[in-house]
Amino acid sequence: MIGKPISRVDGPEKVTGQAKYAAEFNVPDLTYGVVVSSTITKGTITRIDTTKALALEGVLEVFTHKNRPKTAWFDMSYKDQDSPPGSPFRPLHDDQVKYNGQPIALVVADTFEVARYAATLIEVDYDAEPCETDLLKHLHEARDPESGVANVFKPLPPKPRGNSAAAYANAPVSMSARYIHGMQHHNPMEMFATTVEYGRNGKLTIYDKTQGATNSQLYVTQAFNLSFDQVRVVSPYVGGGFGSGLRPQYQLFLAVMAARALKRSVRVSLTRQQMWSFGHRPATVQNIRLAADSDGKLAAVEHEAIAETSQFEDYTETVVNWTGKLYDCPNSTLSYKLKSLDMYSPLDMRAPGGVTGVHAIECAIDELAYKAGIDPLDFRFKNYSEKDWTEKDKPYSSKELRACFTQGAERFGWSNRTPEPRSMRRGHTLIGWGMATGIWDASQVPARAEAVLTVNGKLRVSSATADIGTGTYTIMTQIAAELLGMPLENVIFRLGDTDMPLAPIQGGSWTAATVGSAVKVTCEALAKKLFKLARKMPGSPLAGADFDDVFFASSHIRLRRDPSLSVSLQAIVDQNGGRAISETGTSLPNVLKQKDYSRSAHAAAFVEVEVDEDFGTVVVTRAVSAVAAGRILNPKTARSQIIGGMVWGISSALQEESIMDHRYGRYMNHNLAEYHIPVCADVRDLDVIFVEEVDDIVNPLGVKGVGEVGLVAMPAAIANAVFHATGKRIHDLPIQLDKLL
Amino acid sequence: MNPFAYSRPSSLADTVDELAGSSRSRIIAGGTNLIDLMKENVERPAQLIDINRLPFSTIDELPDGGLRLGALVTNADTAYHPLVEQRYPLLSQTILAGASPQLRNMATNGGNLFQRTRCYYFYDTSMPCNKRAATNNGPGGCAAYGGYNRIHAILGTTDDTNGQSSCVATYPSDMAVALTALEAVVQVTGPNGDRSIPMADFHRLPGAEPWRDNTTQPGEVVTAIDLPVRGFPDHYTYIKVRDRSSYAFALVSVAVGLEMDGDVVRDARIALGGVAHKPWRKSEAEQLLAGKTLSPETIRPVADALLAGARGYGHNDFKIELAHRAIVRAVLKSGLADNTQE
Repeated sequence: MIGKPISRVDGPEKVTGQAKYAAEFNVPDLTYGVVVSSTITKGTITRIDTTKALALEGVLEVFTHKNRPKTAWFDMSYKDQDSPPGSPFRPLHDDQVKYNGQPIALVVADTFEVARYAATLIEVDYDAEPCETDLLKHLHEARDPESGVANVFKPLPPKPRGNSAAAYANAPVSMSARYIHGMQHHNPMEMFATTVEYGRNGKLTIYDKTQGATNSQLYVTQAFNLSFDQVRVVSPYVGGGFGSGLRPQYQLFLAVMAARALKRSVRVSLTRQQMWSFGHRPATVQNIRLAADSDGKLAAVEHEAIAETSQFEDYTETVVNWTGKLYDCPNSTLSYKLKSLDMYSPLDMRAPGGVTGVHAIECAIDELAYKAGIDPLDFRFKNYSEKDWTEKDKPYSSKELRACFTQGAERFGWSNRTPEPRSMRRGHTLIGWGMATGIWDASQVPARAEAVLTVNGKLRVSSATADIGTGTYTIMTQIAAELLGMPLENVIFRLGDTDMPLAPIQGGSWTAATVGSAVKVTCEALAKKLFKLARKMPGSPLAGADFDDVFFASSHIRLRRDPSLSVSLQAIVDQNGGRAISETGTSLPNVLKQKDYSRSAHAAAFVEVEVDEDFGTVVVTRAVSAVAAGRILNPKTARSQIIGGMVWGISSALQEESIMDHRYGRYMNHNLAEYHIPVCADVRDLDVIFVEEVDDIVNPLGVKGVGEVGLVAMPAAIANAVFHATGKRIHDLPIQLDKLL
Repeated sequence: MNPFAYSRPSSLADTVDELAGSSRSRIIAGGTNLIDLMKENVERPAQLIDINRLPFSTIDELPDGGLRLGALVTNADTAYHPLVEQRYPLLSQTILAGASPQLRNMATNGGNLFQRTRCYYFYDTSMPCNKRAATNNGPGGCAAYGGYNRIHAILGTTDDTNGQSSCVATYPSDMAVALTALEAVVQVTGPNGDRSIPMADFHRLPGAEPWRDNTTQPGEVVTAIDLPVRGFPDHYTYIKVRDRSSYAFALVSVAVGLEMDGDVVRDARIALGGVAHKPWRKSEAEQLLAGKTLSPETIRPVADALLAGARGYGHNDFKIELAHRAIVRAVLKSGLADNTQE
């Protein structure tokens, strides 16, 4: 089962509308909350008049900072599994406005329509203060970030080594450039929503859009001083996350607050415009200086990033360390700085930092290769790193990036490329070929799972993880089916419920490794338990056998020496007095094994673009991504992940940006008509290669995760292809047509 | 969204009466723009008059050889209608360059003429906007004037140094650009009877009243759009330059129809979209092409004349050069025997 291209097990539920999302759980006597958002960026609410709203028939309450119920006192109580260092935002906390679009009131009514209308009747006066939101104006004020727990998975840069300035000054070939990335918002299809079912004795069942039911539960229990058994969070389906659901969002807080105050069930759904009112991918400015010796060997690497954060938290991401992992240069200086601005804290967004930093370094490498007169692919072979100096020169647990380069180039036809810019054209169309490297962490964290052989001989496995559309349901079903030798249709995997065994937030491309390992450990434990029971059955053909003497196949435990001698799993349950047989298990990363290695997935992207010579419009006509991500559990869902990442790469490189008018500190293109992401017509021929990679260090399954690595290489490959087509180096994304006119 | 009354009149006379009765009445047909505007509180009608029962859902030949497009015919049905495809392929091509199939299946020809600007600041009721302020909906002024105006107008704008009375909005329709080139005529019925409005006069520049998008009078209902006989079926092109391949409004678009005598231009029509508060056309520019053979050299003065007086507001400066290039390309392409090739 493992390694087979199984179609999504949750596919039929999704396409027939059976799959329910957070705003679709209907409970009796439900009330509806609508959020009122601030229209200034910074200042004080001097008056908020709810009279007209409250006078409407059907309005139950309007919550503002003036009448909100008391919640926890300390900052600590508002932290979640993904909190950066600082003081988390508290909805309706006081009269202070800290960012534009901040929730300042929640209207709750009997119907959604009344609540929405009432929200327009609330009158607000502000004492507005000047706001600062433009990173480019404040680069000189950048400072070192606060470090915290978040930096375990998102390390800050290592100390410099060698003397990069001197090496840069003395090298025969060099380049320097500044790269600017704008802001982006996740915008999953499903808007953020929470339905709180207010049960007996105030017990809350919360249907939340989240990438971690356990994270939402933790947050609610702390913020509202509730015990875990009073709060159950359920989130079986997530209509896309991309990181936006890694932290509990304010609609969860507001829905719980209202439900407890009114002792009613409450649903709060955000609008598409309000999807711009919490975390985003931060604007980042990067300065790179590179130098090489006459053989094309890197002599100096300097990579500096300055990113924005909010005034209340130090959100960081790993932007520059990738450069150190990919290029083992003796004279390297990496730095990462922050500037606090009047905005909400940024939030991890698919390949956070990676897609930003790798775009810059991989464009810079291309530029340096051109200056050295070396093919960009050859240049990367010359400077291939065998160890990771950002992690104390550790070797890689596995790194088949060379094979990615070779196989990707072969499939793409890279050897037919003419290196001269503007050397390939057709009529008005300039054609360009570019390539770049991708890299992402191969992480694993602890998780738990439960496996139950039911009375009718089916296997039910569960863990409180999430499936944000990545295929978690499917691959976990495959792992369980494989280990207990059962057909897929007799295995059901369930997730997204805090009544299930603990799992962390689904992020960092670690779920396949993390929850997969938990399912593996648990199913192995159940297999041993079943074997023990089978051996003890009257007249058992397995009596006297050891566990190593048997295997699990076609829902039976069979003797290796004679597979016809077997006990059916159904017979074991039947013999168990009609009771199901269950086992729980915990998987922990094998730190002793992992600690001596740097662990990453790698990729190479090869891209062809067509650029209209007169209009500057760019189309990615074909792209090949070759990916080394350990063992591929399901080539079909994995390929979908890589293709999704590649499409996002096209989006990042050419289209996507949240436009803020810095005079107001307000996002102006906050809808999907004006916030551009690729449409079908922009997505042409995308090809994926999974390179063979064996890794028994990363985790027991040997998997590395594919949710993010497919995105990382694409923007630079596209920008490099645009250079090849036009001769223009466009350092700032997105490369919209006006930059090429 | 505000509470509103809803009616579904069965006659044109009732529609006109209802519409004339209240300045806060709005006609709804396909609803593809109005509903969005209502959700964002930009439009707050007191009454929606649903005209889908009125008999304007056909495309009919006119006695003079032209074609009458019913106001309620959908954009999709219009674009794929055999007579439109055959006689007015410029219109078909232009309609299909707009929106998405789902939207074109709902959007009507009449409604298309009443699309409102996509100016970000117009759409956000907390922002200063002279288009909205007239209806007491948000502060006055023009935030786009000194703001993020990449999609905004370069021609026929109203501007002053501080933006207080400015309007730099564009009218977003594709279809209307082709209708303008084709010299279509809009048929309306109002309290004072019927009248015909040439496309060139239907939409208006912002002037001192940026809240008025067009020249219809209170109570007037668009019933049809008439296409004259000349459809330029042999030499036409619509070029739409935008930020992605589909489902994006034009940064600049050009509709061209030519009549040729061999290699020589006999008559030319050129209309621009995405650059002004209305489709932009200048017959004096078109006349420069008459009697010329087509080459970049003969077309550039035409583009210069068409774009005379254009000015950018910072982010949209590029549109002037882009429009110039798009005009040259579109006219050249129209002159080719087979204009599906470049």
